[in-house]
Amino acid sequence: MQDQNSVLEVEGLGVRFRTEEGDVPAVQGASFSVQRGEVLCIVGESGCGKSITSLSVMGLLPDSAKAEGSIRFDGNDLLAMSQEEIRQIRGNEVSMIFQEPMTSLNPVFTVGFQVMEPLVIHRKLSKREAYEEAVRLLEQVGIPDPRKRMEQYPHELSGGMRQRVMIAIALSCQPKLLIADEPTTALDVTIQAQILDLILKLKEETGMGVVLITHDMGVVAETADRVVVMYAGKVVEEADAETLFQDPKHPYTKGLLRSMPSVDDETYALEPIPGKLPKPGEMPQGCPFHPRCDDAMDRCRVESPRVFTVGPGHTSRCWLGEEEKQNHAGKSVG
Amino acid sequence: MANLIVRRLLQLIPLLLGISFIVFISLHLAPGDPASMIGGPTATKEDLASIREDLGLNDSLFTQYLRYIGGVLQGDLGYSYQTQQSVTEAIMIRFPNTFNLSVASIIVATVIGVGAGIISAIKQNTSLDVLSTVGALAGISIPNFWLGSMLILLFAVYWQWFPVAGITSPPWTMQGIKELALPAITLGTGSAALIARMTRSAVLEVIRQDYIRTARAKGVREKNVILLHCMRNAMIPVITVIGLNFGFLLGGTIITEQVFAINGVGRLLIQAIAARDYTMVQGAVLLIATLFVLVNLLVDILYALVDPRIRYE
Repeated sequence: MQDQNSVLEVEGLGVRFRTEEGDVPAVQGASFSVQRGEVLCIVGESGCGKSITSLSVMGLLPDSAKAEGSIRFDGNDLLAMSQEEIRQIRGNEVSMIFQEPMTSLNPVFTVGFQVMEPLVIHRKLSKREAYEEAVRLLEQVGIPDPRKRMEQYPHELSGGMRQRVMIAIALSCQPKLLIADEPTTALDVTIQAQILDLILKLKEETGMGVVLITHDMGVVAETADRVVVMYAGKVVEEADAETLFQDPKHPYTKGLLRSMPSVDDETYALEPIPGKLPKPGEMPQGCPFHPRCDDAMDRCRVESPRVFTVGPGHTSRCWLGEEEKQNHAGKSVG
Repeated sequence: MANLIVRRLLQLIPLLLGISFIVFISLHLAPGDPASMIGGPTATKEDLASIREDLGLNDSLFTQYLRYIGGVLQGDLGYSYQTQQSVTEAIMIRFPNTFNLSVASIIVATVIGVGAGIISAIKQNTSLDVLSTVGALAGISIPNFWLGSMLILLFAVYWQWFPVAGITSPPWTMQGIKELALPAITLGTGSAALIARMTRSAVLEVIRQDYIRTARAKGVREKNVILLHCMRNAMIPVITVIGLNFGFLLGGTIITEQVFAINGVGRLLIQAIAARDYTMVQGAVLLIATLFVLVNLLVDILYALVDPRIRYE
């Protein structure tokens, strides 16, 4: 199903890590796609495989990891590409910003050098052209006095400013896809909103697709067009944002929503999901979520659930979905 | 930046005064009488007394020290008790040999050490890494006099690629390079091993950092990720080791100079100690200590150049 409008199509992505105790799966059978001008949020707890998924797209997995399946960017399979081919795409057509703005910039180079670098590498600009373009980029991401900032070093900038610099670097070659891995987690709440607004604004201006990785349902509510929920290395639910918040199907998604604080309802009590995420390599039999699931049936303890289509563009990896599917039978299959 | 250099230069003054005082005192406290060395076995008591009077050895230690320092400040390190030669002159004749040997050694050590360290780090836990680790261990363990003799036997006597000993030509000529090669390798091997170990651990430390991932995410070529983004950071601890080793090399050429019959400050120092030539020993030790301190200053300045975070402190 090759969609003309989609920038990224991930199908059956699996990532395994070689360890001394044998191969450990970190991501299994993950499938999703990102359209142009769309924000796809990947949600889940720390360690559920969302960062590994994004690093596979960038071709930046550690040497001990092996990816299988297919990651089609603009129709080309990234997993089949050579290191050199994927390097020419990285920072150019696909860019990434990271969680830790304090450590993501190189401390011994000026901000200017770091913003100019991809311009020189990919767009083959001269030093002078790259300088002017970098000043423009810094201005675009809302950094005051950009010419002065160009000469400064990362340690002279605040966390929010550094993340803006990271965004400027990521956008420098007008990528078709931006991957943002928890871009606001390390920042103050007020700065968080500014950075998210900036990403959304730039998405509108450039029409790029955005993959936003987060564990914060608040961020999802604010930004997402569509949402992929991951648990223990698997995609457990996918839906458009409105559907997911109105009518979540997977018990894990429901749990995530219940553990989200609400400002409107003063009587609302936070309800954390009991238990914790199983470690890769120590997965329980059957559905990996069943030890923490209120709705777990006998079947869940033995048999790993398939993916069920539970509504238009809405899938859930849960046996409960089997009934739902029957209710929706005939409405949608794809 | 200029501020930092001036501040560090001012700090040198008490440091050098302290060094000169310690050198001066320790030699006067050591047993042995320079007067009887100069006078020889046939000297009478009266002869010895007049020699002492001439050398000013009867004055208080403090007066002697002030007189010495007064001279040092004017570039006069006194006269050799043994040969009556000017100490400044004797050192200046030999110093270029020692300096050239040290510089050649540190170049050898840096090229081999940094190169091996980088390869070892990016090929971590492979046979190349093990080879480099074993090589480094051997490099640290092999004594200079043995390595020097073996190199002479093999490359100078057996194959005759290099001269056996001595330095006669300036280091920028082909002959000069050939003369320096074996002693530089002998002297540089130990430092190369230390630099390689430090480079390896520094690169391994830096390569895990987030900003290296950022560099890769930007599409920087792997070669530049290592040589530019990684090394610029990893160089900070490596520079310290190189600087310290250069300091040690300047004062540690003694054995190598002896093995290769190079007329340098190290050999001068050994001869002076054997002859209890106080002024000569003082001069040589003062020079070596001063150079050591200056090299450290240089390292500090290099630090500030490499790491912008230091410049503003």
